[in-house]
Amino acid sequence: MLAFLVTVGIVSAIAAALAGILVFAEQFISNYGDCTVDINAGTRTFTVKGGKALLGTLVGEKLFVPSACGGRGTCGYCKVKVLEGAGPLLPTEEPFLSAAERAANVRLACQVKIRNDLKIEVPPDLLAVREFTCTVARITQLTHDIRAYRLALIDPPEINFIAGQYAQLLAPVYPKSSEEVYRAYSIASDPRDKKAIELIIRLVPGGICTTYCFEYLKEGDQVKFNGPYGEFRMADTTAPMIMIAGGSGMAPIKCILQHMQNIGSTRDARYFFGANQVCELFEQDWMKQREQTLPHFAFVPVVLRPETEWHGETGLVTHAVERAYTDLSGHEAYLCGSPGMIDACIVVLTKLGMPKTKIYYDKFA
Amino acid sequence: MNLSHEFGSALVVCFAAIFTGNILLTTFLGMCSFLSVSREVKTAVGLGTAVVFVMTCTTILNWAMYWLVLVPLQIEFYRFILFIIVIAAFVQFIEMVIERYSPPLYYSLGIFLPLITVNCAILGAALFMVIRKYTFMETIGYGFGSGAGWMLAIVAMAGIRQKLAVNRIPQGLQGPGITLIIAGLMALGFIGFTGVLQAQ
Repeated sequence: MLAFLVTVGIVSAIAAALAGILVFAEQFISNYGDCTVDINAGTRTFTVKGGKALLGTLVGEKLFVPSACGGRGTCGYCKVKVLEGAGPLLPTEEPFLSAAERAANVRLACQVKIRNDLKIEVPPDLLAVREFTCTVARITQLTHDIRAYRLALIDPPEINFIAGQYAQLLAPVYPKSSEEVYRAYSIASDPRDKKAIELIIRLVPGGICTTYCFEYLKEGDQVKFNGPYGEFRMADTTAPMIMIAGGSGMAPIKCILQHMQNIGSTRDARYFFGANQVCELFEQDWMKQREQTLPHFAFVPVVLRPETEWHGETGLVTHAVERAYTDLSGHEAYLCGSPGMIDACIVVLTKLGMPKTKIYYDKFA
Repeated sequence: MNLSHEFGSALVVCFAAIFTGNILLTTFLGMCSFLSVSREVKTAVGLGTAVVFVMTCTTILNWAMYWLVLVPLQIEFYRFILFIIVIAAFVQFIEMVIERYSPPLYYSLGIFLPLITVNCAILGAALFMVIRKYTFMETIGYGFGSGAGWMLAIVAMAGIRQKLAVNRIPQGLQGPGITLIIAGLMALGFIGFTGVLQAQ
């Protein structure tokens, strides 16, 4: 018995000694002191204890750099320019950065550790990103699996965004999910309405955030989102526009159309809305009204397999575009949808002569 | 036993550990990182160097731990737990030191250190060192040789896989499947060395 206790004691003592060395090393070797992070040449600075990853530190400072993987270095969204103090590029970053990005000192914020003073540059829009607390003011069933959620802001009470941008909605821990996740949804509401936003959400089977929205979120509940994000917006030209988006991809297009009406735009615009069946069409009345209020706008719903009587366009949305145009070299295109749909549209549009630089899209996976 | 004789036997043990008794290809230890980090020669060299370094140092440390602590106290049977603790503590410590004092080394080698803390080849080398009753000099040779052998195998594998990347492989064999087949063929090749040296 004594021998047993002695041996356990010896093993524990050895382990404790080694642990002691590590604690000691942590205290003295891994201590990087206070580091100052300078954002956009002095626009904002803050001081933190060194040794942590840049992404987590920025989010802790309420600067919401987009990230889908939570800092594991697998999504490649958290790109920021680090002008000074980041050290050499890591093998874990290489797959996500193009040659041009490397030359511009772009890094993945989740892989860069703060070990000394840093100078970083983020898009100015990102500094305007805030976290909003809001209540669900209204839920509207648009089709069997698409709903519109109107969120009334509480704190901060107002939001400024550009038509086409998106917000990241927070799905908290709920019975079917053990972790908090953020998911991006385009804002569909009028940019002039600063006290609320509207998101169009399609139920994704098994999706963490959409399941939360459809099964748990009720009118009157409180939710959080941050934003606005994104470069998808109407270009400042007079070129005629083609918009292609189906399902919940209507959100940014609806917002852009509203914006066109707000500024009295007279641009030529045609919106092709693709659906599998007639019952998947929604917001048709709203689009009809825009045809009245916008001087050169047409709404073209395209149904693949009409299950009832249907007088509009049929087939694939890309076929409808091909039937409607012979030359698109002077047009601009605005696409929103799944990667497969966007890639198919790009093929058709470039075949009709549209330069790739004139195709703007918002891909959601 | 004079010094030159000891040095000679250490050299023999070292060569045996690289070729005839390659820890990866004859005992199939350390397979997980061998399969997952052998896509590119560059990263394979980085990981291999880290393994050589850690294996040399930890077999020496564990030799001291075994003969100076465990044997006198008659608790040799605790070697499994204590070897692992020594390896984990050493790797953690070295990672902190390198990260602080040599950033260039950290970026080329340090980032691989967490991957090999739990590499079974490292523990395997320490245990073989005990089973085969190596002297201190032989332990140094064995630790270095095992690491170098492991590195040789993973770099060779990465070279082969880089060539394979442009080849057409049946769908069911892509990835781990073809890698295991190659590992088997490489092991056969290395077994051909067995007769060269009559040392364990």
